[in-house]
Parts: sequence; structure tokens; C-alpha cells
Amino acid sequence: MKILVTAKRVTDPDSKIQLKPDRSGINLDNVDFKMNPFCEIAVEAALQLVDAAGDGETVVVAIGDSDATKEIRTAMAMGCDRGILVEADEAQLDSDAVARVLAAICVKEKPDVVLLGKQAIDGDSNQVGQLLAEYLGWPQATFAYKIALNGTSGATVQREVDGGVETISLSFPAVITTDLRLNEPRYASLPGIMKAKKKPLEETTASALGVDLSLKVESIGFEPPPARKAGVKVKTVDELIEKLAGEAKVI
Amino acid sequence: MATILVLAEQHGGKLTRATLSAVTAARQLAQIVGGGFDIALAGTGLDAVAAALTPYGAGAVHQLEHEALAGYTAQAYAQAFASAAKATGAQYVVAAATSNGKDTTPRVAARLGAGMASDVVALSAHGGGVAYKRPMWAGNVLGHVKINTAVQVVTVRPTEFPVAEASGGASPIQKSAASVDAGSLRMKYVGLDKVESSRPELTDASVVISGGRGLKEASNFKLVEKLADTLGGAVGASRAVVDAGWVPNDWQVGQTGKVVAPKLYVAVGISGAIQHLAGMKGSKTIVAINKDAEAPIFQVADYGLVSDLFGVMPELTEKLASRKG
Ligand SMILES: Cc1cc2nc3c(=O)[nH]c(=O)nc-3n(C[C@H](O)[C@H](O)[C@H](O)COP(=O)(O)OP(=O)(O)OC[C@H]3O[C@@H](n4cnc5c(N)ncnc54)[C@H](O)[C@@H]3O)c2cc1C
Ligand SMILES: Nc1ncnc2c1ncn2[C@@H]1O[C@H](COP(=O)(O)O)[C@@H](O)[C@H]1O
Repeated sequence: MKILVTAKRVTDPDSKIQLKPDRSGINLDNVDFKMNPFCEIAVEAALQLVDAAGDGETVVVAIGDSDATKEIRTAMAMGCDRGILVEADEAQLDSDAVARVLAAICVKEKPDVVLLGKQAIDGDSNQVGQLLAEYLGWPQATFAYKIALNGTSGATVQREVDGGVETISLSFPAVITTDLRLNEPRYASLPGIMKAKKKPLEETTASALGVDLSLKVESIGFEPPPARKAGVKVKTVDELIEKLAGEAKVI
Repeated sequence: MATILVLAEQHGGKLTRATLSAVTAARQLAQIVGGGFDIALAGTGLDAVAAALTPYGAGAVHQLEHEALAGYTAQAYAQAFASAAKATGAQYVVAAATSNGKDTTPRVAARLGAGMASDVVALSAHGGGVAYKRPMWAGNVLGHVKINTAVQVVTVRPTEFPVAEASGGASPIQKSAASVDAGSLRMKYVGLDKVESSRPELTDASVVISGGRGLKEASNFKLVEKLADTLGGAVGASRAVVDAGWVPNDWQVGQTGKVVAPKLYVAVGISGAIQHLAGMKGSKTIVAINKDAEAPIFQVADYGLVSDLFGVMPELTEKLASRKG
């Protein structure tokens, strides 16, 4: 079984993200970067699926500037076999461009499964997996919570949806996007990190893949979210009830 | 004349309230770009839902049925909706950012060669077209985007667009076979393990009581549920307790869970990580109960009670219950 998995480089989910004072973009001073948490879950899922299938290959892809090599190496240290970096300026990407780049790679690599995160925690778009699946004409299971292989030809996937957990079955090749409860990603081991340094990493570009990067969705500005002022501390339950009934009128 | 198409969502012949938020967004869009909107409804056995959609001022309600739509799958529904968008000549396609909306709508956009903006919270005029405002980085930044393609697809965040009121009149229902290529479908709906609850929907409730890791163990979550039931509210949770398996997945409030904006949100034993705040800081009144005075949740709380929840929750529930008599 061959799996393609993504590793997007994003701002650390624990950093406090703020606009630059002139609102022209995000202030990235003192912000750390790491692999998108949903991609870590996708990498773990890819490794587990190959294990479950008995054999196979996992190829990790990142689209971004050369720093994204770090996330590819991290995925290889976790166990992915090889990597592909598609060099592109992050500011010149939208979810659609990423999906079309990935589609071009799928045409070349012919994976059985593509595993992605359900969303990137910077842009919060939640689109790439679905767009990719449609461009390829493949089935999809978004928001995966549990994946059970049906032999090597398909899978039954439980999905986190409004109102509960939905089960679908699909046949490969297919796209699966991960939700938080799918697994707990492993840490890269020291030997893993050493091995990753020697694993093959191919560098390419969108134009080499024949993908036009003109943006369908373009940023035209930013604003800070409306500020919520911290309210008051109440000392007792009675005082809280009095505030809720009198001042806030919500009970 | 711009044509807008709303993608309606139904489950087993029941319309979702979120669809009526998408209708409100379509009405706003029509104000900006002119023209009117149609509604597309896909599935099987849709007569009642189609009828329920007629009093909202749509030019037409397109009732698209096909046996391949009997169970929901993104592949089949995207085909049906994209064909409807082409057939109506829609320039704008609007759906609610529910789990189904998020699942299908990008596929519709791909089929239409359209750019898509997700989880939009506001629409405005921009150089003859539309600017879409959407939260990014867990709501720490609001981005404005424009879409450069002729057809534009958006999902809208239901909490930011009130449920549409019926405007009277009766839109004509146009019933036709949905355009689905059954042979191309390689996915099948198997079933839904539904979280049965007599409480209001988390995303519609006017009161939400949420619990976090401060509750210490699963059995203590009933302190949260009792308060919710006393106030007729819904129950939410932080990621930490959902991951721990104390409560169902779909109770998670936050950046990667549900977004709620009730009149009253009570966070019990929740620290207030940015990912959690992203899902609730649009609430009208926020109450935090936490024993750590430095917990970030207090930075957004209108009323903070720095106290041990195990002492406070029974007292609060009891006193509210006796107020109601
Ligand atoms: C990719 C990603 C996505 C995420 N998405 C979400 C999301 O959608 N929603 C979400 O909620 N989180 C999300 N998180 C997780 C988030 O970062 C936090 O880890 C989580 O919200 C913490 O949950 P908590 O507040 O219950 O637990 P904690 O942070 O452990 O807080 C527990 C609180 O309880 C208080 N407490 C303890 N005992 C008592 C007591 N006896 N009485 C009163 N107070 C007490 C403590 O002071 C503390 O403030 C996400 C994280 C990542 C990386
Ligand atoms: N630049 C990128 N490189 C690699 N994977 C990406 C990139 N952007 C998005 N993805 C993948 O697509 C998923 C959904 O992203 P989005 O639709 O942008 O929220 C992410 O979780 C990643 O798995």
C-alpha cells in the first residue's frame, strides 16, 4: 500500500498570533513554527495503515518555502520513507493551489490513499482534502476518527460529524482527512532522526509539476478581532446570580 | 442580475436550522450584488422539506432527488449541487459551515472551477464585488478575502447569520432528477451513531454550560449537565475532556470543534486556551468558574468566580432551581 501524506509548516498552536501594528499581515517575530497538528495525526495514521497492510511506502509532501524541509524531516524521522518539497511562497498559495499541486503529485505517484489534516491551524480553511478528492474524482472521508482497512482495496471510516459519529465505506484510491481523536502521534526517536537525514527528499516546483499558481482566493486585508473586555470578579454564588439576573438579564 | 444559490441541508427529511442562516447570508449577498436567490435541496423523499423552504423569498426551490442520495456522501451530493449551480447559472453559491457543509462545499467549488471562502462571518461590498470576512489563526485575526473566479463559493458560520424569518409568499418548487453519475461513486454511507439528547442543539441553544479538565473525572461531568438542565441549556466541553472520552466528540467547543454564541456561556473548570476561546468568545455573556485567578478564561469572562467548582456548582444549580420554583 502506498500512502501520500502532507506536512504543512504552520505557526505553533501555542503562540499568541497578532497582527502587525499596520495590519499588513501577521507579526511573526518570536513565533515558533512546527508541523500542523492535524498533519502529525495524518503522518501517524499513514504509518499505522502501512503497518496494518503489512507493507507499503509513505511519501510526505510539503508545499512552502525551504524551511518546510524541517517538517518533512520530522515526518521522515517519525517513519515516512521519502519526502517531496514543492517550493512556493506561502503568501502566493490558497487551498485550491495546494490541492492542484497535490493532485499533480498524485497523478505521478499513484498513491492508494492520501492522508491530510482536516484543517491547517493557521488559515483554518478546511478545504484542501475535499478539493483534492474532487480534482482526482476520488471518494473522501473527512474528519476521520477511526480507520479500518477492508483488505487493501478500501476502508471503513468513522467520521466526527454534527450529532455523532458517522460511518462510511470507500474504495481506494481515496482521500482521508484527520480529526483530533484519530490517534496520538508518536515522537520521532533519536535513531529515527538520524535515519531521516539520509532519506531521499526531492525538491520541485509548481511549474515543474505543470500547476498554475494564480490565486482564486486573494487576501485583501486583516483586522483584529473585536476586543472583549475582561469583566468583573464576583465573590459568591449569590452575587453571580444577582448579576446574571439583574445586569446581564440572561436568567 | 446576480444569481445566488443556497445549498440546503436536510437529515432524514428534516431541514437544519443552519440552512436558514445560509438563507440570511444569501439575502445579504443579494443586497450587495443585486438579484435574488434560489435554494437547492438534494436527497430523497424531500416533499416536506421542499415545502418548508418555500416561504423565504427564493426565486425557486430546486428539489433534486436521486436514489444515490439516499444516504449522505460528499461525492454524490457535490455532483447534485454543482449541476444545480450550473443549471441555474449561479454566480454565488452559499452553504452553512456545518460538518456536511464543510465536507461537500469544497467539492462543489472544484466542480465549478470556483474559488471558495470558508466559515465566512461577514459580507461587504468591495469594488463592484464582494469581500468576505473570515476568522483565521483560531480567531486571533480576521482576514478579508476576495474571490477572483466568476463563480464564488462560500460557507458561512451560522452563529454570525441569524436564522432567516419567513418572508411570506410561496417560492415555486422545481422538482427534477438530481444529476448524479452513480457509476462514478466509490463511497457509501453506512450509518450514524447518533448522540441522543433531549437537550437543545449546542449550536442553537441560548444557554451553554461547558466543562473542562477541572472536573477531574468523567463522573463529575454531571455537575455540568445538572446546571445545563436546570437552565434548559446545552452542554459543551473542552477538547481535553472529549479526548479523555468523558463526553461525545460533538460536544467539543472551539477552533476545531463547534462554534457557539449563546446568550449565556458558562465555562466550568476550563482554562481558556485560544483554541477553546475561538469557539465561544462570541457569546453574549460569559461566566467562568475556575480556581486559578490567572486562568486566561477570565480575560474574556464578564463574570468570573475564582473558586473551587466542586463547592460552587451544587450551590449554583440548587439556587437557580429554587429561583425558578
Ligand atoms: C490543533 C489543536 C486543536 C485544538 N482544538 C481545540 C478545540 O476546538 N477546543 C478546545 O477546547 N480545545 C482545543 N485544543 C486544546 C486546547 O489547546 C487546550 O488544551 C484545551 O482547551 C484545554 O482544556 P481544559 O481547559 O479543559 O483543560 P486545562 O487547560 O487543563 O484546564 C483545566 C482548568 O481547570 C481548572 N481547575 C482545576 N481544578 C479545579 C477546581 N476544583 N475548581 C475550579 N477550577 C479547577 C484549572 O485551574 C484549569 O484552568 C486544541 C489544541 C490543538 C493543538
Ligand atoms: N502548504 C501545504 N503543504 C502541505 N500540506 C498542506 C498545505 N496546505 C494545506 N495542506 C494540507 O491540507 C489540509 C487542509 O488545509 P486547509 O484546507 O488549508 O485548512 C492541511 O491539514 C494539510 O494536511
